[in-house]
Amino acid sequence: MFSEFLQYLFTGITIGATYALVALGFTIIYNASHVINFAQGEFLMIGGMGTVAFMGLGIPMFFAIVLAVLLACLVGIALQRLAIAPAKNADVVTLIIITIGASIFIRGIAQVVWGKDYHVVPSFSGDEPIRLGGAVLNTQSMWVLSIGTVLVVALILFFTRTLIGRAILGTSMNKLAAQLVGVKTQMVLMLAFGLSALLGSVAGVTVAPITFTAYDIGILLALKGFVAAALGGLGSGLGAVVGGILLGVVEAMTAGYISSEYKDAVAFSMILLVLFFMPRGLFGARTVERV
Amino acid sequence: MFERFLNWRMNYVVVLAVIVFAIPLVMENPFYYDMATQIAIIAATVVGLNLLVGYAGQISLGHAGFYGIGAYFSAIATTTYGWPPLLAMIVAAAVVGLVAYIVGRPILKLKGHYLSMATLAVGFIIAIIINNEGQMTGGPDGMPVAPFSLFGWELSSFGLYSFFGMAVPGHVAWYLVMAVILLIAVILAQNIIDSPLGRALRSIHGSEIAARTVGVDTARYKSLVFVISAIYASVMGSIFAHFSGFITPAIASFDYSIVLITMVVLGGMASPMGVILGAVALKLLPQFLAGFQEYETAVFGFILMATMIFMPKGFYPTAVNFVRGKLRKSGGEA
Amino acid sequence: MIDVKGLDKVFGGVHAIEGLEFSVDQGQVYSVIGPNGAGKTTLFNLITGFYTPTRGEITLNGESVVGMDPNRLAERGMCRTFQQMQICMNMTALENVMLGRHLKIRSGLLSSMFRLPALYREERACRERSKELMEFVGCGNYINTDASAMSYGALKRLEIARALAADPKILLLDEPAAGLNATETAELEELIRKVADEGVTVMLVEHDMKLVMGISDRLLVINYGRKLAEGTPEEIRNNPDVIAAYLGG
Repeated sequence: MFSEFLQYLFTGITIGATYALVALGFTIIYNASHVINFAQGEFLMIGGMGTVAFMGLGIPMFFAIVLAVLLACLVGIALQRLAIAPAKNADVVTLIIITIGASIFIRGIAQVVWGKDYHVVPSFSGDEPIRLGGAVLNTQSMWVLSIGTVLVVALILFFTRTLIGRAILGTSMNKLAAQLVGVKTQMVLMLAFGLSALLGSVAGVTVAPITFTAYDIGILLALKGFVAAALGGLGSGLGAVVGGILLGVVEAMTAGYISSEYKDAVAFSMILLVLFFMPRGLFGARTVERV
Repeated sequence: MFERFLNWRMNYVVVLAVIVFAIPLVMENPFYYDMATQIAIIAATVVGLNLLVGYAGQISLGHAGFYGIGAYFSAIATTTYGWPPLLAMIVAAAVVGLVAYIVGRPILKLKGHYLSMATLAVGFIIAIIINNEGQMTGGPDGMPVAPFSLFGWELSSFGLYSFFGMAVPGHVAWYLVMAVILLIAVILAQNIIDSPLGRALRSIHGSEIAARTVGVDTARYKSLVFVISAIYASVMGSIFAHFSGFITPAIASFDYSIVLITMVVLGGMASPMGVILGAVALKLLPQFLAGFQEYETAVFGFILMATMIFMPKGFYPTAVNFVRGKLRKSGGEA
Repeated sequence: MIDVKGLDKVFGGVHAIEGLEFSVDQGQVYSVIGPNGAGKTTLFNLITGFYTPTRGEITLNGESVVGMDPNRLAERGMCRTFQQMQICMNMTALENVMLGRHLKIRSGLLSSMFRLPALYREERACRERSKELMEFVGCGNYINTDASAMSYGALKRLEIARALAADPKILLLDEPAAGLNATETAELEELIRKVADEGVTVMLVEHDMKLVMGISDRLLVINYGRKLAEGTPEEIRNNPDVIAAYLGG
């Protein structure tokens, strides 16, 4: 009974950690540019599929991962330079369609280059599971959680302790003021996309041994990340993490106790309910409408 | 005379009518008719969606859900329970209108990305239900639908009809019926746009604050236009179900919602002719890209991206402005 | 007409408005002045329903209007303009003014969809009245112009025309002269006088002292969200507190 619950909880937290990283990626880009990047999931796909492809070339796993992450960062920066920057004054809907177009484009390329097959990425440290209170925990889940934690801590340090991080934060609060004190906002936007791609691809490769990877996994992950980010409140880093974990746990519990077919429906009902009562998510900024 | 036509608010409807009725003069292949009818159905759907997105400025990333409810309600009511198709269509529209009102009222308070999230969630939930209630809907495999019939008269793509003595094959008959429905859909939408109601809707897009100060109950108008656009989708979903004779949950999916909203934005928001062209373009593009084989997806994504980057207002308004600019220039020189 | 009692508005611990009391009588031109950041626009936003007061009472013709939406206030004859103009740039100038008559129009969805004759008549009357108002405020040349193509000064007047289109009993103007040159300001003064002469109560937030002193029946001076003085232009001009606040006391 309890072990069952514990099992679902582990599963939920593991997948939730992935959602949290995707949501953080959304948050970084949203804060820097007010764009919701529907291509966010493609970064995860590039992380997983890139690792598979580079390993296929005989490159050791660690370096394959590094290359895949670098590739994703390049794609992220290119996305900002070539697709988002030229459309600076576009409507919200137009920007959404641009990022969806980008996501389809990246998926299309991946399908041509890497094929349509599903791939397995080997676990980082063997397949021997850990037993804990009657529940089984994959070592890969531990990797997901610890890498997730390290990334979150690193992000916090980056945004509070480094000059570049503060520049990004400053730009997201007040673009004009940041420009006035000499922050190059275009540079900041590129960095934000690059950083977001880094988060996404690391999450993608870390979770790939658990979930498999293929050219078309991005879209659903992007949606889940968007749900998590909106749940926590767009723009809030804490919200993204809490929203991600919450979403993962609710999904796992629904799948375990109610029905796995309806786990996504429960997740989407939850976001609706939260938005009904808290129109800016759990931790979103409560702004006063200025007139 | 010509001047008056140019300034008439409905002039494009005449142009549209000429085009849709000229098509049977030059087209014979049943496959093309099938395509043209599908385009007309989807075009009428996005004309309704445009009222919400283009005029009132509210995003919906879940409209395929309403299209799906319309289609499946009609399919189940007529095929499983033997209802008359017209009755099923009307009841479906009423049900969808009610659903849209109930969910629309709270979610339309949300703005921007939160609204897109909420509409996306509504669409997703509908799609999941359709996928999983296999006993009623056939699940992911889909379900067959009875042909459309009215007072014993049946409309089927494989029938043969006579119209004022002319023999009209079923696929042409379907096309003509749908062409008329499209024109009606466009005229009704244009009437709404040109009315005080339309003005209130556009003011919500232009400045919600201004709208509220002059007494526009923005919450009421937003849910009204949400309901209208959902009913458009539902009716077209019902028609599509009868036309195609077989439906799958794909028509209610998130992907399909994206297709719908893309048609609105691609052709040109707040322009009925624009969104119709958007529907034509997006429906025909895959046909042309079939030659690219494995590159199809990539090229499709690229075109989508490039069009929106270089013509953020959509290609129809961009083209119209271009032509107007040329005309003005040549007029100035003369 | 408007009675404000013990009005407080707190934003995150900061008192934007504190203990404000005043009343505006029917037919007056009542101006609110004070240094930048004194809380003038916040006061307007509280009266017109965009903000909800933290404490206090606002009544319009004896009815409490606290917490009422702007559109409900419009139904009770209150209309306003904004310091940051709120014009629908996706419409023509005339359509913006016609929007102002929104509450006068009875036609609903069905008559709109099928364009019934009643709608047609109503729209024609609405259009005529709106054109008159555009002439009245001096925007007669812009009737079919897109709002997005109009100059700043013309838009300022257009916003007033839209507010007047609602046949308001009370009109609130937030810095109508900001950004206007001397000639335009003189025209605006003329316009406000004409509006007031038609029996509309006018509340005004304005920095242009010459305009305010010339046109107002009464003035309210606020500083740091509190009432500094209230009275006729003459009284205000001779009030030592006001002189101190304005001349660097």
